[in-house]
Amino acid sequence: MLKTRIIPCLDVANGRVVKGVNFVDIVDAGDPVESAIRYNDMGADELCFLDIMATEENRGTMYDLATRTAEACFMPLTIGGGVRTHVDVRNLLLAGADKVSFNSAAVANPDVLTEAALRFGSQCIVCAIDAKTVAPGRWEIFTHGGRRATGIDAVEFALTAQAKGAGEILLTSMDRDGTKAGFNLPLTKAITDAVSIPVIASGGVGTLDHLVDGVTKGGASAVLAASIFHFGTYTIPQAKAHMDAAGVPVRL
Amino acid sequence: MTTVLIDYDSGNLHSAQKAFERMAAEVGAGDVIITGDPDVVAKASRVVLPGDGAYPHCRDELHGISGLADAIIESVEVRAVPFMGICVGMQLLAQKGYEYQETEGFGWIDGEVQKITPADPSLPVPHMGWNDLVIDTAHPVLDGIKTGDHVYFVHSWQMVLNDPTQRLAHCDYAGDVTAIVGRDNIIGAQFHPEKSQDAGLRMIANFLQWAP
Repeated sequence: MLKTRIIPCLDVANGRVVKGVNFVDIVDAGDPVESAIRYNDMGADELCFLDIMATEENRGTMYDLATRTAEACFMPLTIGGGVRTHVDVRNLLLAGADKVSFNSAAVANPDVLTEAALRFGSQCIVCAIDAKTVAPGRWEIFTHGGRRATGIDAVEFALTAQAKGAGEILLTSMDRDGTKAGFNLPLTKAITDAVSIPVIASGGVGTLDHLVDGVTKGGASAVLAASIFHFGTYTIPQAKAHMDAAGVPVRL
Repeated sequence: MTTVLIDYDSGNLHSAQKAFERMAAEVGAGDVIITGDPDVVAKASRVVLPGDGAYPHCRDELHGISGLADAIIESVEVRAVPFMGICVGMQLLAQKGYEYQETEGFGWIDGEVQKITPADPSLPVPHMGWNDLVIDTAHPVLDGIKTGDHVYFVHSWQMVLNDPTQRLAHCDYAGDVTAIVGRDNIIGAQFHPEKSQDAGLRMIANFLQWAP
């Protein structure tokens, strides 16, 4: 049986892990490769690095982090942030990433997903969707780190991403990100009901019950969290034990 | 002793290289090199064909490098060196695949590559994540790996075998998904040993010591 994945996410800026609340108020949370090794040893199911600077200068830093992580951690690594073309995908895969996540570039032109999927396969192309509640039961895509509204409906865009070749969706609720109030479950459920590819729920995890809810109520295939793991609130084994006890299949 | 990982513009070479290097150092299996040079492949003592991506793209890239496919075929069929295919590299062992279009494979394993269709339609495809193996046939490369061990899969297509004796392991995803195939000096893993932590590294170490 396939197991639900628990994915610690490392937001990276200038070679350091950082963490903000609602995409602002950023604090330093350590060395990314040291964190990656710790999560590898604890049995995390995947790792995710998000380059929140996404500048040309930071790109070299991300390649270096991918390479150093892949030398020490024999587990799947997803990298996102500032990915624009299939050339970026190729370079990140060569550096050591296993999956690459598109965000703003896919919103601007969903065909970039197709161009990348045709070359490297859908299985390594993730489409990150940052959505904000604009009305009850309606969510809209925001890009550029959450600063730019697009007017695009999140559920419609998820279907477009799937049709264009994305193999997975990384869904972040911008209302919840960094709040510890739990995933936006109506949003998560709306997306997982609409698409047939795996969805990673992200944004808002504060307790281990939130992780369970993302799967049992949101229908997610994987759950992503940052702060609760970085700041030592919970360990990966604690999260897995809690999910197992709640009847969610995990790799123990 | 040299193990070559075939480079044909197909993705995940770095993580595969690091995993093979780590285990080659542990078991004393010599050098690991990444190459697309047919002359280097022709002298290799072990050949690994990784592969991330669409079946026809991988096949076209492989055959786009002059002499490379021939060097691989000669290594496997004539020199009979140990060969491992990973993910799409494993799928290329089949007679043919149907991703986007009908594409010929090497034809070393009696099977075809078809879209995964779980009996439970609510299950997502790609089949992505950690699934537990069911060992069908004991094999030296699976030494120390047992039913119930988890390995990491990420794929939308799978090999369906005509000859069940060539299936060494499978997993369940509302239906059987072929996980490991093999015959003679050939073995293939649908999952990624290089991303499968302990069980995957064990399988790589076994392959590097395998004398079929």
